[in-house]
Amino acid sequence: MTKSGKNHIQTEGLKAPVIRIGAVQWIKSNLFNGVFNSILTLVTLFFLYKIIPPFARWAFIDSLWFSSAEQCRAGAGACWSIIPANIRFIIFGFYPHELHWRPFVAMIMLVGLLFYSKNRDHWSQSLGYIWIAGLLTMGILMRGGLFGLTPVESDQWGGLPLTLMLSFFGMFAAYPLGVLLALGRRSKMPAVKTICILYIELIRGVPLISLLFMSAVLFPLFFPEGLTVNKIIRAQAAIIMFTAAYIAEVVRGGLQAITRGQYEAAESLGLNYVQKMRLIILPQALKIVIPPTVGILISAFKDTSLVVIIALYDVLKTTRSVLANPSWMGFSPEAYLFVALIYFVCCFSMSNYSRRLEKELHT
Amino acid sequence: MNGETINTSRSSEDKIIEINSLHKWFGDLHVLNDINLTVYRGERIVICGPSGSGKSTLIRCINRLEEHQKGKILVDGIELTGNLKNIEKIREEVGMVFQHFNLFPHLTILENLALGPIWVRKVPKKEAEETAMYYLEKVHIAEQAKKHPGQLSGGQQQRVAIARSLCMKPKIMLFDEPTSALDPEMVKEVLDVMINLAEEGMTMIVVSHEMGFAKSVAHRVLFMDFGQIVEENTPQAFFDHPQLDRTKLFLSQILH
Repeated sequence: MTKSGKNHIQTEGLKAPVIRIGAVQWIKSNLFNGVFNSILTLVTLFFLYKIIPPFARWAFIDSLWFSSAEQCRAGAGACWSIIPANIRFIIFGFYPHELHWRPFVAMIMLVGLLFYSKNRDHWSQSLGYIWIAGLLTMGILMRGGLFGLTPVESDQWGGLPLTLMLSFFGMFAAYPLGVLLALGRRSKMPAVKTICILYIELIRGVPLISLLFMSAVLFPLFFPEGLTVNKIIRAQAAIIMFTAAYIAEVVRGGLQAITRGQYEAAESLGLNYVQKMRLIILPQALKIVIPPTVGILISAFKDTSLVVIIALYDVLKTTRSVLANPSWMGFSPEAYLFVALIYFVCCFSMSNYSRRLEKELHT
Repeated sequence: MNGETINTSRSSEDKIIEINSLHKWFGDLHVLNDINLTVYRGERIVICGPSGSGKSTLIRCINRLEEHQKGKILVDGIELTGNLKNIEKIREEVGMVFQHFNLFPHLTILENLALGPIWVRKVPKKEAEETAMYYLEKVHIAEQAKKHPGQLSGGQQQRVAIARSLCMKPKIMLFDEPTSALDPEMVKEVLDVMINLAEEGMTMIVVSHEMGFAKSVAHRVLFMDFGQIVEENTPQAFFDHPQLDRTKLFLSQILH
């Protein structure tokens, strides 16, 4: 007994061996370990060789950045000039040219606020007031009509501000609505439960396009004469309703993953339903479903481009309008790559942030 | 505490729990069959019996984690019905310790303890945290206050769970097999905390097969089988002279 005990103490001094390998060794063991993998590596290298140099030449070496459309047609490379030449229309659409600073400032404010809110240490009640004030200011900047700002009707709004607005409000209104729907679907009250199930299944059963059509074409028919609701708001409502139904199902999955013991422990302390959900169940459930929720939010962001079908000019539509201009016709790869970059930056930031949030909330 | 006997001439005000002809079914299964039980203030009861005999269900009816279908339960003068307000009031006064601890994994130990007092009893945060630290010291675990439950051993978690219930200053404590999910070497640290609690005069109902614990602190031992309380006695008499054959069989099985 004493002997084995002594041995046990001695082994505590030992550490797991550290394995070091050189670059050649790494290549050998990761890329050429076996015949099949060696062939795969060679084939991949061949394709990369065929694709990358020509693309690099087109995109960077032969490309034109600040030229006229005519010079572009003479050149062999990419015509990035289409972006700077049309940037203001792509970004701001039909918003009056001399007032572009207003949506620009509004966008900067939105991005700035989002960036500031990234840090969870900054989350407080005053941040909530800052957001309300910020959103009001952005609204005033966009609409005008107050403080001597020229009014700009919302049918002139377009481009990136419209995309950001539809997606921002789409996500932030859909999320709490989705959580409520998920709770309602698990409610013990039959009426609440039935209504939530009906809502979720009906909305999920139709494509977003049909909802947008309905909001644009069908709803006005039911409104009393003289009452019109702004088209953007109607599209916004459709996006919120659609996204909420999907979030509800994801959140429901999270709720089901919480063990009964958590509910019982909360109840046995005397917490009421709202406290139990808010303090115990939802914090755990929502954390579990961060990855699928962000998936939904990202696709909701991209789906805002569908508003073109009800003649709203989001950033994708403004880009296509530029391409319809005869002098810039034919440069669609460049223009679409640019829009893709905008979408990518937004979506990548979201998924990056979600990963960070997951890590921070890990207990 | 061994020689302590139950005072049989108690007044009705001393009754803290009254259960009258209680019945409960899970589907067709009659899990509680005509249970009658009166618990007096300061009394400590240990319930034992084979698996599936309804012991957990019985104590879970007392704070309405389970709903009974027939009969009457009075806790501290309040009858348990569908009335949510009454249920919440009773739950404030009845602490419960679970087999699997059920600590809140997303909160620190301190937050786990302070949560109930802050939100249910409306105690100021600072005061609730002081109370929490007091009880954490009592269960010898104050140094873990800032950790999360996942970082603690099973025995430590169960002691935290007991402290969490105590922070609500309950009048009754229910224990649902508090040591059966623990590794053997951790059983004692949890039982020691429970024995301390017993010495302070807490009303306790404990579902447990820890016979040593039953012998040292219980006033009464109940033996349940097939949803009924079939035998009831002082620990001494219960273990030394079991009356029924099934009790004898059960005791021989758990005492080896």
